[in-house]
Amino acid sequence: MSIDTPTLASRFRMQWEEAQQAWVLLYPEGMVKLNASAAEILKRCDGTRDVPALVADLETAFDTTGLEPDVRAFLDMARQQQWITEA
Amino acid sequence: MPKDSNGLTLDGQGKPLWLSLEITYRCPLKCSWCNNPLDFDDYAARELSTDEWKRVLREARELGALQLGFTGGEPLQRPDLEELVAYANALGFYTNLITSGIGLTEARLVALKAAGLKQIQLSLQATEAAVTDALVGATAHERKLDAARRIKAHGFPMVLNMPVFRQNIGMTDAMIAWAAELGIEYIEFANIQYYNWALMNRDELMPTLEQVREAEQVVQRWRDTLGKKMTIYFVIPDYYEGRPKACMNGWGAIHLTIAPDGVAMPCQEARVIPGLEFESVRDKPLAWLWHESPLFRKYRGLDWLPEPCVSCDEKEKDFGGCRCQAFLLTGDAGNTDPACGRSPHHARVREATDTAARPLRFRKPLFKRAAGTVTTAFLED
Ligand SMILES: C[S@@+](CC[C@H](N)C(=O)[O-])C[C@H]1O[C@@H](n2cnc3c(N)ncnc32)[C@H](O)[C@@H]1O
Ligand code: SF4
Ligand code: SF4
Repeated sequence: MSIDTPTLASRFRMQWEEAQQAWVLLYPEGMVKLNASAAEILKRCDGTRDVPALVADLETAFDTTGLEPDVRAFLDMARQQQWITEA
Repeated sequence: MPKDSNGLTLDGQGKPLWLSLEITYRCPLKCSWCNNPLDFDDYAARELSTDEWKRVLREARELGALQLGFTGGEPLQRPDLEELVAYANALGFYTNLITSGIGLTEARLVALKAAGLKQIQLSLQATEAAVTDALVGATAHERKLDAARRIKAHGFPMVLNMPVFRQNIGMTDAMIAWAAELGIEYIEFANIQYYNWALMNRDELMPTLEQVREAEQVVQRWRDTLGKKMTIYFVIPDYYEGRPKACMNGWGAIHLTIAPDGVAMPCQEARVIPGLEFESVRDKPLAWLWHESPLFRKYRGLDWLPEPCVSCDEKEKDFGGCRCQAFLLTGDAGNTDPACGRSPHHARVREATDTAARPLRFRKPLFKRAAGTVTTAFLED
């Protein structure tokens, strides 16, 4: 089961953290530091775009193609971690 | 409340990532296991003001703090809680409220939500009113359950915290069943840390190893049944494990606690250790207290470790255990935590667990947390 229109789960807060020089994901029991690509994907998980639109958006922003498999793999992982849910 | 090992994947890099604000020690309940100081009553007159707490929040954020717990005492006793939550939220903290549920009215829940509160940890002690009420020394049970239902109704992520002792460990099964029905996603079974009130009542509170093993099996069954629907945090107490807990992930590593009077501490219990100098944010900048103060440097890192820790492979995992427990049971906070089977003082822990196992014991009534229950005059210099 994969996700159509991902959105960040409500218990998470994502923000740029100056002290870490990184995007971080905060949740009740802890926090994770995100690498740059994870952050770019998660930023776009706001319930307004489905996965194809999200991929297209990233490909435009970074002037590249062929991102879909990586994005889908990341979203699968993120769903398993319960970071994202269906909008 | 942060666990000993909290799934932290963010390297602290010397930052106080977890901030706990004990905004008051006032509380309407009288829990016999409370880890607040015995002289909690004396702090009421010295509590930081709203503006002073705001300054603490700003300074902590500058130091890189991210996770924030409002605790106490009962934090709802402070009418400025909502204002502080809103302020912290705007600064970029992930805000948690740690509460007994007493005083969590509908109006306050609405205001806390509006202020940006992210999560609520509610403590429950039992699934039967008579048991809860006797344990906390007040008619609290129904109010607590009601608080749980309303927290869920407002859509807050919620942690149910059940402090575990001899008197309630048999209710593990009923508590999980109740929580599952309400849709609670996270239960933490908190092993009692025997400091302050809990230490006074230790012989009466400590569960037997048999009870603990039974509860462990109950938990395992529920984990199998509920799968991802609920996370159940349950660990064998250090007293029985023969291994110390990685207390606070190390002294002055990632945890910073501020007491009601502004004193900065590496953990909530540190004040039980004599001979250390406790200083307040009223007198010193927080950055200095965290980075430079003798208190935070005393047991930071691994250099101060005694034997047998120095020559032990586990030291980077547990940092020699808990300093407060080392002091309370061996008289020296610089010793290896006696919960460790390799500690030369491990017999002190065995004495306690042997007492718990003795079938025919003289039962003492529990001391209730209340002003005047014990004379604390001896605590003063
Ligand atoms: C000191 S209380 C303050 C907040 C609030 N009054 C409450 O009881 O939820 C913070 C948390 O510590 C737990 N607690 C209290 N005494 C403890 C002890 N000696 N060992 C472990 N946990 C304890 C409580 O169950 C609660 O979840
Ligand atoms: S543990 Fe009990 S007595 Fe202590 S602060 Fe919490 S509710 Fe109050
Ligand atoms: S000897 Fe020290 S480092 Fe080794 S397990 Fe015991 S407490 Fe931990």
